[in-house]
Amino acid sequence: MTINEIQNELVEDFAFFTDWMEKYEYIIQLGKEVPLIDEQYKTEEYIIKGCQSKVWLYPEVKDGKVFFTADSDAIITKGLVSLMVKVLSGHTAKEIVDADLYFVDEIGLKEHLSPTRANGLLSMIKQMKLYAVALQVNA
Amino acid sequence: MEKYNIDKIRADFPILKRQVNGKPLVYLDNGATTQKPNAVINSIAHYYTDMNSNVHRGVHYLSQISTDAFEVTRKKLQSFINAPEDKQVIITKGTTDSINLVATCYGRAFIHAGDEIIISAMEHHSNIVPWQMLCDEKGCKIRVIPMNDKGELDMDAYQNLINERTKLVAVTYVSNALGTINPVKEIISIAHKHGAVVLVDAAQAVQHIRVDVQDLDVDFLVFSGHKMYGPTGVGVLYGKEELLNAMPPYQGGGDMIKEVTFEKTTYNELPFKFEAGTPNIEAGICLNEAIDYINSIGLKNIEAYEHELLEYALEKLSEIPGMKFIGTADQKCSVISFIIEGTHPYDVGVILDKLGIAVRTGHHCAQPVMDRFGIPGTIRASLALYNTKEEIDILVAGIQRAVNMLV
Repeated sequence: MTINEIQNELVEDFAFFTDWMEKYEYIIQLGKEVPLIDEQYKTEEYIIKGCQSKVWLYPEVKDGKVFFTADSDAIITKGLVSLMVKVLSGHTAKEIVDADLYFVDEIGLKEHLSPTRANGLLSMIKQMKLYAVALQVNA
Repeated sequence: MEKYNIDKIRADFPILKRQVNGKPLVYLDNGATTQKPNAVINSIAHYYTDMNSNVHRGVHYLSQISTDAFEVTRKKLQSFINAPEDKQVIITKGTTDSINLVATCYGRAFIHAGDEIIISAMEHHSNIVPWQMLCDEKGCKIRVIPMNDKGELDMDAYQNLINERTKLVAVTYVSNALGTINPVKEIISIAHKHGAVVLVDAAQAVQHIRVDVQDLDVDFLVFSGHKMYGPTGVGVLYGKEELLNAMPPYQGGGDMIKEVTFEKTTYNELPFKFEAGTPNIEAGICLNEAIDYINSIGLKNIEAYEHELLEYALEKLSEIPGMKFIGTADQKCSVISFIIEGTHPYDVGVILDKLGIAVRTGHHCAQPVMDRFGIPGTIRASLALYNTKEEIDILVAGIQRAVNMLV
């Protein structure tokens, strides 16, 4: 699936939820499905700055595509990083760099995009794109 | 205790009627900033409608009435903290600005290489970083009074830390992260025996307990308007007159001068020497209303009411499984920091927000405190004069709901 196809699917999934509680329960559930970062990479180097909770994100290239693994010590944040991994992982660096992540707004998580927001969703997106840029240059 | 009319008090704060995320707002982030009563809100409109003019400058009518009003606040502040004279009340941008002023002006003139500054383990970053900057510049050293597991300062350790090299002691009156009320009078008296001056950060104190600078014999005392029901952007530096006079000015500019030529400038007298440039006039003027508001209820009544709320909150919160309070000092203000086993403070904060409950999560600008307790942060409910037991019940129910979702 393309990045946009995944985004559209998520938008459909979230449309089912009638209240915030269901939405957050789903986000928490998604957190449990995140491809977990190997313990050896849970270091300062792979921490995303700008989060009130700790988020670790590790990128690697397989067959010309970028794959992310991640973890967080807060479970809502873990759900948010899981969402981002779901959308961006397994695509080429160029696709990741060019991605327009409209789904965040459409599923009602726009409030999490504010630059001062403590969960750092914006920092996650920025970091994932930065990794992609770096890998693109190296490729 | 006299009759504390909580319904009338709540009616004075219009924001308390609003909803957040479809739920009635429960505002428990008063340690960050308090809400404003109608008297303060209306006075801001009144200032711009009827008085707006620069202070200490014009001979024209508006300038005179705004100057008078600004100076009324200074007098009101003087009596609020029982300062000997109104010129000892410097109006600043806030607590952080006041501390930076002392670190810059007193520090540069009177603290030198090899000298020591004592702070405590529970300081807000704003009472750590300005001293670090001074130490980097001058080659002086910071010593830290440790605290015990209850979040109380170790006074024996303090006695051992202080010596003839100690030039300044900077401590908080009430900890923003733990709620501990520190024995500042004793801290000051010990410092004075060793010839050190003391700065007390009263940002979390003046809205809860009566602060008397003469009784404390404190050298510098700092606080903010916005944490005491007043406007943002205004705060206070109180200082002993001889110290303020001996200090060089802070910033150069208008209002702080007596005479300027290109060769030499002579500085204005206190308090204007430290008030360069146009101040936050409306905040300064309208802070007066906040003090009147506090006085109209009475700090004794506020203290008694908040204490009752605190006891109630501690009792109800302690019934939540996994609840762990951070900061259980015997002398404590209405700041409750806690963690719940198996949850991250951030997650709990997000769920509470969805329920219309405003708390603060994180390190509360006091990272060393969190390190001391080996935690990434806490959830903090900080109570004010308008909070109620019903709101505590809503908080407790909200936390239980969050725990059900998260654990």
